[in-house]
Amino acid sequence: MVFLTGDLGFMALEPLQKAMGERFINAGVAEQNMVSVAAAMAREGLEPWVYSIAPFCYARPFEQIRNDVAFHKLPVKLIGNGGGYGYGVMGPTHHAIEDYGVLLSLPNMSVFVPVFDEDIDAVIERIGTTTRSAYLRLGRGEPPKGYMVPSYAPWRQLTVGAGQVVIVVGPLAGTYIAAFSELPDALRPNLWVIAELPLEENPLPDNLLHQIKGGPGLCVVEEHVRRGGFGSELLLYLANIGVLPTRFTHLFARAHHYERYGSQGYLRKQAGLDVTSMLSVVVQT
Amino acid sequence: MLPVDIRVQKYVRSGILSVDEVKRARKRLLQMHYESNVGHIGGNLSALDAMLVVFHEYLGPRDRFILSKGHSAGALYVTLWSLGLLNDDDLKQFHKDGTLLSGHPPAAGIAEIPFATGSLGHGLSLAAGTALAFRIQKQDSRVYCLTSDGEWQEGSTWEALIFACHHQLENLTVLVDHNNLQGFGTTTDVASMSPLWERLRGFEVEVECVDGHNYDSIRQVLNVCPNRLRIIILKTIKGHGVSFMENCMEWHYLPLKQDQYLQAIQQVDAQ
Repeated sequence: MVFLTGDLGFMALEPLQKAMGERFINAGVAEQNMVSVAAAMAREGLEPWVYSIAPFCYARPFEQIRNDVAFHKLPVKLIGNGGGYGYGVMGPTHHAIEDYGVLLSLPNMSVFVPVFDEDIDAVIERIGTTTRSAYLRLGRGEPPKGYMVPSYAPWRQLTVGAGQVVIVVGPLAGTYIAAFSELPDALRPNLWVIAELPLEENPLPDNLLHQIKGGPGLCVVEEHVRRGGFGSELLLYLANIGVLPTRFTHLFARAHHYERYGSQGYLRKQAGLDVTSMLSVVVQT
Repeated sequence: MLPVDIRVQKYVRSGILSVDEVKRARKRLLQMHYESNVGHIGGNLSALDAMLVVFHEYLGPRDRFILSKGHSAGALYVTLWSLGLLNDDDLKQFHKDGTLLSGHPPAAGIAEIPFATGSLGHGLSLAAGTALAFRIQKQDSRVYCLTSDGEWQEGSTWEALIFACHHQLENLTVLVDHNNLQGFGTTTDVASMSPLWERLRGFEVEVECVDGHNYDSIRQVLNVCPNRLRIIILKTIKGHGVSFMENCMEWHYLPLKQDQYLQAIQQVDAQ
């Protein structure tokens, strides 16, 4: 194993640096070189993990990921910190709201979006064993206090009810759990979370398909732009298997709307991804 | 293609290249381009000599050659042919449907070609990563990387240089096919950093300038193994060996007509 960082990791990666010695490489502020170096190392049989703030991990070196990693099907593991609006008021240069859509356009690429902090061990294990290229979109678990996090699986159902099916990508789901749990059974959505893509590698569980077929509607939520995101991937998948919901809504990150800046919570609200906006969409009598 | 065990035997240094072997390779390159009706000839002729020397006389079975100047894939294929690693039928498939011998190196299928280069500015990073991997794995192997001169306009090439210098990759030899011409002008007209070797001397590298078509000069510099990263500027001529091609930008692009092909073959024969 080798670990490459693009000059990031203050007060986080010091223990890893100490443990790995010469196999921990600060590649400096040069992400394109870092990804190509990682590709070459993978070619020689090493296991490279590449770390940066998410947009610098996928946007800056995209051609290197495409040409040097994906074309050769190399098992390079990319770790992007601060997926979605994770870096908040740092501004849009530090946001990653096109990341997994763009990366999933490449062959042999798996995407991991852990939902809870407790998912990390299992996700790292899975990334470590896959032979595919991988992108880990790191965020921040936000479950309600005292919540019993279910053990990791690519698909998990978090709330049960007779309402719509709501499928959320990653940790944004944590912000909906409390509000959904308090709803009466008749209105409470079936809240599902997905932590691994693409869908061909992680097909929908049968009971989820059943809920989509028979239920009052489907709402897909992601901290990712509309185009190329999970919403369109899911609908294409469902259309291909002849399962379409009676009603469909898609909540997504809004791109290029930055007239004012703010925290992740503020930006989610601007995009209609906060829990209040969510409730007004899925709880309709 | 030959089985792997025969490849290993051929890869061991077979002695010094003869003038006849060089002429044969140059003619085979022209034939391949003519039969496939394909361009990039000028840059292939400027790169071919260095590639032949490195592959025949320096590259061991556990060493790597990375062609960062991916559009000189034709020269690489002919070099492999000259070693018996590709055959005439393979070369006849150059640029044809269903081929592995595409216009830029393929991503898989030819053991001696580790990467599908073709977008300039990637190869030096790939070479640096390979060299560093060898060090981490304590493997006593060498990496050779051939770049064009124009691709030093790509910022990523300088990222790679900074990285390679910082990590003191003395097992990496960089060759620059410095033919002064690029896509739409001379390198001096488009984005001059002339002379490139003076810019490079600002880094902790060994920089040597040699005649890129003089085999003894190339051997003289390759025979020395410095204890730091080495960059060899090959002063070359685009279209070298064919008078109507030499130093002409259009021969980056144009395929050969029949009369041009016959004239070119005649000239190489007479060398």
